[in-house]
Amino acid sequence: MTADELMALEVGKLVDARGTACPGPLLDAKRAIAECPMGEVMEVQSSDDGTIIDIQRWCKKMGHEYLGDREDDGFWSVYFRRAK
Amino acid sequence: MDNQQMIQDLLKRVETLEENAPEDRLALGCISGDLDTTMAAFIIALGAAAYDMEVDIFFTFWATAALRDPKKSAKKDLLGKMFGMMLPTGAGKLPLSKMQMLGMGPLMIKGVMKKHGAKSLEELMKDAAEFGVRLHVCTMSMDLMGIKREEMIDYPHMQFVGVGSFVDIFSKAKQCWFL
Repeated sequence: MTADELMALEVGKLVDARGTACPGPLLDAKRAIAECPMGEVMEVQSSDDGTIIDIQRWCKKMGHEYLGDREDDGFWSVYFRRAK
Repeated sequence: MDNQQMIQDLLKRVETLEENAPEDRLALGCISGDLDTTMAAFIIALGAAAYDMEVDIFFTFWATAALRDPKKSAKKDLLGKMFGMMLPTGAGKLPLSKMQMLGMGPLMIKGVMKKHGAKSLEELMKDAAEFGVRLHVCTMSMDLMGIKREEMIDYPHMQFVGVGSFVDIFSKAKQCWFL
């Protein structure tokens, strides 16, 4: 998905993990996934660019649908749909 | 051999294979008691926990001191007291495996970690407790170094065991690392 398409998504659960280093963003995503309604989109914001590939791999293993990522002002937002 | 017999044999073999198949489980062994390796162990443990893996960490030798609570104390004999004074009093006092520089190294690393938003070992241990990471502490090491159960951190999934438990744990695990 393009950055514009990602920004237009309706987000069911937003996780702000900015300012925390590995494994903070992954743990925050894991903690918050239960609060994201099934089938809705979760956005994880991180200031660590390692999070992008980490969350992609995690989604594949955990059965969530990875939608994409975009760079914002000094941080990254990754989007995926909760499917499990 | 008739077909019926062959199916029975195969079913039995599949059953045995399933029983012995490794579980979605990670086993880690910690021995060094250094800040860097102990942090690596907890970060890997937490990553695995985020993947819904069961995680067990076995603490032996120098690593047992990483689980001491500096606010607690215990009655000890003379040798135990001497060891107690020479060993780090918990996660906050662990040395680095490199660049120790008479204690400057750990201070510098902790400063850099704070600046970059990296969690301290104590915080990683709290996360590990939340995510159900189980800690198994070698009782023989504790005896050798005079470390008592009363001076260990409050941790919800901590057991005091021997090598027999660790073998049972890693024999069921997909991965076992010793660091």
